[in-house]
Amino acid sequence: MSDLENLANEAEEASFAASTLENLEQVQAQFLGKKSKLVLAKKALGTLPAEDRANAGKEINEIKGQIEQLISSRKAALQESEWSSKFNKERMDLTERLGPIDRGHLHLITQARDELEDVFIGMGYSVVEGPEVETAWYNFEALNIPDWHPARGNFDTIFVDLGEPEEVMLRSHTSPVQIRTMESQEPPIYIVAPGRTFRTDSADATHLPAFNQIEGLVIDKGITMGDLAGTIDSFVHAFFGEEVKSRLRPSYFPFTEPSAEFDISRSDGSWLELGGCGMVHPNVLRNCNIDPEVWQGFAFGFGIDRLVSMRYQLDDIRELVVNDARFLRQF
Amino acid sequence: MKVLLSWLKEFIPDLDRDPEEIGEKLSALGLAVESMEVVGSELSGVVVGKVLDLRPHPNAERIQLVDVDLGNGEATQICCGAFNMHIGDVIPVATVGSILPDGMEIAQRKLRGEVSNGMCCSASEIGLGDDSDGIMILSENDPDREWDIGGSVSDTLGLESDILWDLEVNANRPDAMSVSGVARDLAASLGLFFEFPMDRTENPKAILEAGIQIEIEDPTLCGRFLVCVMKGINVAPSPQWLQNRLIHLGMRPINNVVDISNYVMLELGQPNHTYDLNKIKGSRLGTRRAKAGERLLTLDDAERTLSEIDGVIVDGDDNPVGIAGIMGGASSEISESTTDIIIEVAWWDPPSISRSVKNLNLMSEASMRFRRGADYGTNMERALNRVVELLSETCEPEISKLLEAKGNLPDTSPVGVSNQRVNGLLGTSLTSEEMMDLLQSIGFESQELISEEEDENSSPNSFKVNVPSWRWDTQTETDLAEEIARTFGYERIDRTIPRGPFTGQLSRFQKGRRTVRQILIGAGCDETMPMPFLAPGDLENAGLSSTAISISNPLVQEESLLRTSLMPGQLKIISYNQSHRIKKLKFFEIGHVYLPSDGGPPLPDEREYLSISIAEGDAAEIVAILDLLSLTMAFPNTQLKQQEIDGLHPGRSAQVFVAGQNRGAVGEVDPRVLRNYGIDGSVAWLELDLGSILTGSFGKKKYKSVSKYPSSDIDLAFEVPVDTSSASIAGCLRKAGGTYLKEIGLFDSYKADAVSEGFRSLAYSLRFQSDEGTLTDTEVSELRAACITEVEKKTNAKLRE
Repeated sequence: MSDLENLANEAEEASFAASTLENLEQVQAQFLGKKSKLVLAKKALGTLPAEDRANAGKEINEIKGQIEQLISSRKAALQESEWSSKFNKERMDLTERLGPIDRGHLHLITQARDELEDVFIGMGYSVVEGPEVETAWYNFEALNIPDWHPARGNFDTIFVDLGEPEEVMLRSHTSPVQIRTMESQEPPIYIVAPGRTFRTDSADATHLPAFNQIEGLVIDKGITMGDLAGTIDSFVHAFFGEEVKSRLRPSYFPFTEPSAEFDISRSDGSWLELGGCGMVHPNVLRNCNIDPEVWQGFAFGFGIDRLVSMRYQLDDIRELVVNDARFLRQF
Repeated sequence: MKVLLSWLKEFIPDLDRDPEEIGEKLSALGLAVESMEVVGSELSGVVVGKVLDLRPHPNAERIQLVDVDLGNGEATQICCGAFNMHIGDVIPVATVGSILPDGMEIAQRKLRGEVSNGMCCSASEIGLGDDSDGIMILSENDPDREWDIGGSVSDTLGLESDILWDLEVNANRPDAMSVSGVARDLAASLGLFFEFPMDRTENPKAILEAGIQIEIEDPTLCGRFLVCVMKGINVAPSPQWLQNRLIHLGMRPINNVVDISNYVMLELGQPNHTYDLNKIKGSRLGTRRAKAGERLLTLDDAERTLSEIDGVIVDGDDNPVGIAGIMGGASSEISESTTDIIIEVAWWDPPSISRSVKNLNLMSEASMRFRRGADYGTNMERALNRVVELLSETCEPEISKLLEAKGNLPDTSPVGVSNQRVNGLLGTSLTSEEMMDLLQSIGFESQELISEEEDENSSPNSFKVNVPSWRWDTQTETDLAEEIARTFGYERIDRTIPRGPFTGQLSRFQKGRRTVRQILIGAGCDETMPMPFLAPGDLENAGLSSTAISISNPLVQEESLLRTSLMPGQLKIISYNQSHRIKKLKFFEIGHVYLPSDGGPPLPDEREYLSISIAEGDAAEIVAILDLLSLTMAFPNTQLKQQEIDGLHPGRSAQVFVAGQNRGAVGEVDPRVLRNYGIDGSVAWLELDLGSILTGSFGKKKYKSVSKYPSSDIDLAFEVPVDTSSASIAGCLRKAGGTYLKEIGLFDSYKADAVSEGFRSLAYSLRFQSDEGTLTDTEVSELRAACITEVEKKTNAKLRE
């Protein structure tokens, strides 16, 4: 049976000689295929005397097992080496950067406005909007600012050539939206009104004639000034962080009484004025056919542009309207 | 309003708090501190100098050489950049080695070859007011004074170290437009004693017959009119201490009569006016409404044309000698030769003065106080007596009795306050006694009501409050609630959070708009937000109608129109960015446009538009973004209708229809428009009336089951006339393919020699699939044939074999 013993050695040599998987398949066919010596020997078993058959068959099977083992391990080695050469060929330097996929950027005002809206939505408010061109009724009179009132001068209103002189204007605050909401909706009311507002301020590093505000309005039974202070505080924590504190200082607005400015604390211990607020003036409620003996409420408002300017420490607020792509793409 | 610590102390003798603490108290009272500074600190080395000679600097045009006598009789040369002094003037000079209040150290220097031995100072440089316009001429108002040349400027001017606060005073605080009013609030919040020290001075004896008549013709315009005549006045410079205070508070000293008038206004908040008695005709002062067209030359040397809105003070000939509550006339102005004067203290109706200020566009220190509501009580007499007192310190005049005329004054009946309502508004639990004490501290007297009085709202009042005459603005319970809250301290109110009955959320429109933004930034577009103003010509340059709403009071012509399209603004942004060599410009904007409305309400037809612009982009690219939007947002039935549109390339523009409504335009901007805006290359453009689309139906997506059976793909190419749209071919294919046509795509479009003149080749790939079973080859062939037949029957396109 030395033939067969040699066979294992030959197969070992041949499989090591095979340098590719294709070659190895040929080797496999040669030694294990239908016409291989091993198969022929197996077929020839019947011709052996009965007492030799068992041993011979066992030997054939052992050798077959050896050869299969040889080929399979060689196959594994060859496969490994093929992957490795493929990987070597495909090697890429991942630091050769072509820059990121182009994406667009939301304007900073939109980002801040969305974030502010979301805070108030979380507090149960809905978001309402209104026209940017308004009548004197909505911008002033309904807000308890009669035509002779000194506060009218403070609004630096931009008027447009529609209707009677000074009857139609670009809204100087988003408060007209509050009036429109109170006129059209029964209390309770929990809203915020974000949007564009206008003043005759020449554009400079800290002023724009067109800017953005967000105002809040709550009308419900038993609403107090304590509720106002608590709401401002809760908003300040949600938007600026738990460590930031708020305070109210007496101020004056014709549409609220008592009125206040609200400040937020800075890390250096100083206070920064953020906006105005107060308890909705009974005259404003009456102007909207809401009975001030039954309903009470508060309102607050502040500038979004200033907030953005502070947060990103813009050195010139005009960046927000110039729309230089190098600016827009930073955020 | 500016206040000095030393002046406040005259009203609060025990005021000994730290300036920082006083500042915080003032802010907490609603008198926000805008700035606080130390003034009049020791000026060592700054001396009184006399100008001996002025010579041009040989090497510098903007500098002159000044020889000053610093007390030793010798000329000391100084180089100076100001030219407002003359030989003989007395000026402050900072000598070598001195340190100015702002920290500047004075050294001997050489300027372009000339030695400078010190510095001539402006008023602001020695810490006296804000005037930095030229060198301070000490001798300007007092040429006859004996000056201590070489002496200390601090001693000469009587400068003392003091604290100056600049306070922001709100429109509802007429009383705080004076040092005494600020002091009253401050004393209340600190629990300190407050007094008017001048009330302790005995009024001078009236020995003179006034000899004039006064009369109020319009009692709603003028509530009280007080006058006093003084004879034997010597018009001269004011005492230096008084000048210093005026300068610190931002006013310019003129002469004793004018300065004292201003001083009393700042001190007591009572504007007052002095007339030269001998220039008032007919020995009479009256007040009435002006007649339309009446003219008056005012103190600022401007001729004013009045109307019935304005009030006037008139003389015996009924000619105006002053505008009520705003400014006096030039004809009776105090001059150096004035010896006899009339002092007037009046109370004018705030709304009348406010309207007049607006009508004349004329603001003054007086009108600022009158329009808020000056004190109509005994403070008027106090102010008049104070003017007399201060003038009597500078000369020895004879004085008349006060004359008074009365008109209508504000309603002074007490205001009822309900303890329960005030606590309900503030969220406090103060007792009536506590509320009354808080009000008492700022001069509001109240009486508790023992038998409860019911007001018209049948809510029982707890106490009644007499509103003091210096708080014209305070008229209702809510006004008083504010005073209670203010004096109690806003910070002491417990904070609570109301819980509303609602779940907060965005409207469908607002959610849709946010999604549109997200889609567009995903598509690589940067959001822009230009201001909505346009310059004249912007619309015409964009090929659009010039009809737009104009601004009545534009700041600049470039911002004098309201936009009717987002296009001009976007083109300016592209032009700006291209000029800064920025590439790959893909922008979008969502903003309002203001279309003139025909008739109806006065407001414009305001709409919220979306624009997308791609620099160097073509129509196909922008339509692809429109398709992305339309599919993702599920806009119902989005169709393009190719046609010429203003401002767009005539061959590359289409109207966009959503749900059958024209909602905008898409294409490329007309190259002539681009030239007007200085833009290189093309700009692909889309503008939609997003507001209208998102308030209509959108976002409705319906489930369709996915077929389990294999699909078959075929390609079809047609020769299509150039004026036949791809949309119409695709329509035919869809119709013929019916429910079996699952996908259709245009994958090629070209014009080439192989295609007949006037035609182009359009190639579509179609995927057929049945939901019921596998389509047989025969069925697919039949569908293919049906598609070809439908296209060839309905259009002039031919299959390319």
